[in-house]
Amino acid sequence: MNVALHTSPDMNMIATDADGARLIDLATSPVRALNGALHALGTTNETLWRVANPRGLHAIAAGVDAPVAIEIAGNVGYYCGGMNKQARIVIDGNAGVGVGENMMSGFIHVKGDASQAAGATGCGGLLVIDGNASARCGISMKGIDIVVKGSIGHMSAFMAQAGSLVVFGDAGEALGDSLYEAKLFVRGSVASLGADCIEKEMREEHRALLAARLEAAGALGQVDIGEFRRYGSARTLYHFHVDNVSSY
Amino acid sequence: MCGIVGLFIKDPKLEPQLGALLAGMLDVMCDRGPDSAGFAVYGNGAKGAVKLTLRGPAGTDFAALGAALGLPVVPRDTHAVVSVPAEREAAVRAQLATLAPQVAVISSGSRMELYKEVGLPADVARRFKLAEMAGTHAIGHTRMATESAVTTDGAHPFSTGPDQCLVHNGSLSNHAGVRRELEREGLRLATQNDSEVAAAYLTHRMRAGDSLGAALEHSLADLDGFYTFVVGTESGFGVLRDPIACKPAVMAETEGYVAFGSEYRALVDLPGINTARVWEPEPARVYFWDRAA
Repeated sequence: MNVALHTSPDMNMIATDADGARLIDLATSPVRALNGALHALGTTNETLWRVANPRGLHAIAAGVDAPVAIEIAGNVGYYCGGMNKQARIVIDGNAGVGVGENMMSGFIHVKGDASQAAGATGCGGLLVIDGNASARCGISMKGIDIVVKGSIGHMSAFMAQAGSLVVFGDAGEALGDSLYEAKLFVRGSVASLGADCIEKEMREEHRALLAARLEAAGALGQVDIGEFRRYGSARTLYHFHVDNVSSY
Repeated sequence: MCGIVGLFIKDPKLEPQLGALLAGMLDVMCDRGPDSAGFAVYGNGAKGAVKLTLRGPAGTDFAALGAALGLPVVPRDTHAVVSVPAEREAAVRAQLATLAPQVAVISSGSRMELYKEVGLPADVARRFKLAEMAGTHAIGHTRMATESAVTTDGAHPFSTGPDQCLVHNGSLSNHAGVRRELEREGLRLATQNDSEVAAAYLTHRMRAGDSLGAALEHSLADLDGFYTFVVGTESGFGVLRDPIACKPAVMAETEGYVAFGSEYRALVDLPGINTARVWEPEPARVYFWDRAA
């Protein structure tokens, strides 16, 4: 496996499916050939891409900025769909560390489980995980919306600034530690809340927000919105208190 | 960063392929740990015999050493396995110390053999002909040294008890204190490596009567730092991640095997992987498998 030396996309490695979709097999082509071709797309008619044999490789479909659909048939490694703009990426398998990391817009759907730091630092777009997400899901999120149909691990939404995290299952230890203004909705149990994260009243506007997120994720009606509890920042950590001035 | 691989065979039909499968996994993990590598394989054992894995300087004449000991020796590059009647183990160790002081005994056990060297993991596996080895379970490691020097002694696995070995990705922060306590209990450690302390800690617990699972549970309380451990015993195979889960881990299970990899990439060429149950072991949860006696 020698991916380091490819500096330009080799279009010979990309075939065309019977239905016009572009097809690349990562058992025989390097990730760089795929990503190079995707990065070269501007406005394009090549709107459907299929990726075969992802083999847990890293950075598949990272850095895409084009309104295309990318279907990945299998488990992916680290940072799949990282920095994504516009693209709709469907992973028919599990995702490694940092799926959708720093995504800006678009949609990523993981049909299996996601490893740690799913959607980390994401600024926009929607990340849907059908299975569980491990620790630090949505860490430092800045506007991304994340819907996890299973449970999430510890330290999720740590220092989360904006956006929403919706969890159908349970949350691990220290949910929302040092939280800013991201909105957290958890249907199951929460092992513990992190510093400055508190349960908040679920008002009509929050039920409407949750319904909108579920609808965007294609999951409206799958769960009872009345079963979710809302968590947010107590706002005691990030405001300056004059009483603390001697500590600085 | 380091890479760990492990394979615990459930279907005896796969046992002849153990080494070849592990070699493939180790090869993929070269880029997580390019400076040295090692592996332990649980293969055949003869009743009443102990296998000692010896390591000597390049060019050591292990055949002559075996002849001098009057014991069968299987040399592999800088290592060799000598099969010793159990009651003669102490005597043979004493003989070795006199006959070949430059040769170290790096493991002993009824079935375990242990090999490790400095160099690119794929080359290390080739030098020892890992792909030809058969057995019930095996663990391997590719090392990117952080806490001690790049030496053969610092490579993993570490073995501190019969048929016991451990590989570690991470770094322990309280290893000096734990080392002092273990030494007070009479354990002798061969290196300054933090991972050897973890191995010796588990040996100490198991010597006191703990099962592998119980020993791993105790280590959650007593070992501090970052770790993903994969541990082998004569009949068992265990996995533990620290409560913060700093270091990566992926597992897969089929009817035929349980496999461990630092990354899923290491598992992709295993038979039936596409239909395997693949999951990420949870932090601070002990996983272990034991061959039904």
